[in-house]
Amino acid sequence: MNKVFKNADDAIKDIQDGAVIMIGGFGLCGIPENCLTALVKKRTKNLTCVSNNAGVDDFGIGLLLKGRQVKKMVASYVGENAEFERQLLNGELEVELIPQGTLATRCMAAGYGMPAIFTPAGVGTEVAKGKESRVFNGKEYLLEYAIDAGFAFVKAWKGDKLGNLIYKETARNFNPLMAMGGKITIAEVEELVEPGELDPNQVHTPGIYVHRIFQGSHYEKRIEQRTVRPKKS
Amino acid sequence: MAIDKYQIAQRIAKELKDGYYVNLGIGIPTLVANYIPGGINVTLQSENGLLGMGPFPEEGREDPDLINAGKQTITTLPGSAFFDSALSFGMIRAGKVDLTVLGAMEVSERGDIANWKIPGKMVKGMGGAMDLVASAKNIIVAMMHTNPKGESKLLPECSLPLTGIKCVKKIVSDLAVIEIFNNRFKLLERAPGVSVEEIKSKTAGTLMVEGDIPEMQF
Repeated sequence: MNKVFKNADDAIKDIQDGAVIMIGGFGLCGIPENCLTALVKKRTKNLTCVSNNAGVDDFGIGLLLKGRQVKKMVASYVGENAEFERQLLNGELEVELIPQGTLATRCMAAGYGMPAIFTPAGVGTEVAKGKESRVFNGKEYLLEYAIDAGFAFVKAWKGDKLGNLIYKETARNFNPLMAMGGKITIAEVEELVEPGELDPNQVHTPGIYVHRIFQGSHYEKRIEQRTVRPKKS
Repeated sequence: MAIDKYQIAQRIAKELKDGYYVNLGIGIPTLVANYIPGGINVTLQSENGLLGMGPFPEEGREDPDLINAGKQTITTLPGSAFFDSALSFGMIRAGKVDLTVLGAMEVSERGDIANWKIPGKMVKGMGGAMDLVASAKNIIVAMMHTNPKGESKLLPECSLPLTGIKCVKKIVSDLAVIEIFNNRFKLLERAPGVSVEEIKSKTAGTLMVEGDIPEMQF
């Protein structure tokens, strides 16, 4: 079976209007830039995006928002995007906010074959409304369901043609979890190698979770908050 | 006189102990890293997936793949580790992180905290705050004692939507160090030159004052 696709356009060509897509990354770090750009070009509409953040106005998921391609955003923090705010206030966009750890773990649960998790995050707050809860050892926990979706986009540093993935530094973030939740997980990598070239000890996402893989290109890797200290003289 | 945000951070740093794993929130809490006492070893956790966070990189050494939870470029220290966001919140949920420092808009006398949403304003989301406050063993809030309108942020009940309940252990403000004790605010220390009366008048919740209240030491 061949998992290798030519490029992003090729890998996402069967995504239809109304699709639900899980997207890796934290802020602009480790986002699947190529897949997002291809989706913008394809003009697929009425999307539901599950991602920790929603990009910025002119990068990442922000580009999908600009093209009015997103119907619903599922995220933990969406603060850096003026177009997002405009669409939300005009009722053009639906938003579901989920605590960050709950979001990560719900996606992970799908890949672990567990239908739900219990977490204390949100107990006593509006997040708990309408949710089942249970007390374990005197502490209350909310029942939260696993999140899966038709597609997942993830970005890795290196991958092999069988879909095994290695992430770099904090660009790992949500990527392995989104990979686990996708029925069809599409991985873009900075470096695509032959099977055997990755050290199996170092693999973060085993290829069983990855259905399509391609060599990405033109990574911009935009920095959201550039913070530095003076050079030592 | 009320202390500034740097002194708040400096005072909180005195709560750090050797071997602590610490999560610092965005804003004043981040500044705590600048005042870690000499001779002790503290490991900073960044909830996007890093233990062993170091200072900002030297100019020209920024790495877009290496950021903290505030999306700032950072560095790692020797002995650091990367992991995914589920594991990151796993260690938080499991109580492995010794101390969490975060900002707040309001704290109630039973230790409830509100810091994510203001009705009528654009809601940006809770990020990891709800996960952190629901699980952290020890939470210190770093904040101003009053809001920009001069109203107390230490209340009998929070008026804003809650982030978590019964979770705050201590507050270090520009005026005082206060502990949550038996559903009351218990005054532990005063900012240099600030009177107990002033702290009382700016604390809307019940303030317990027992004996002489010492001034903060830095």
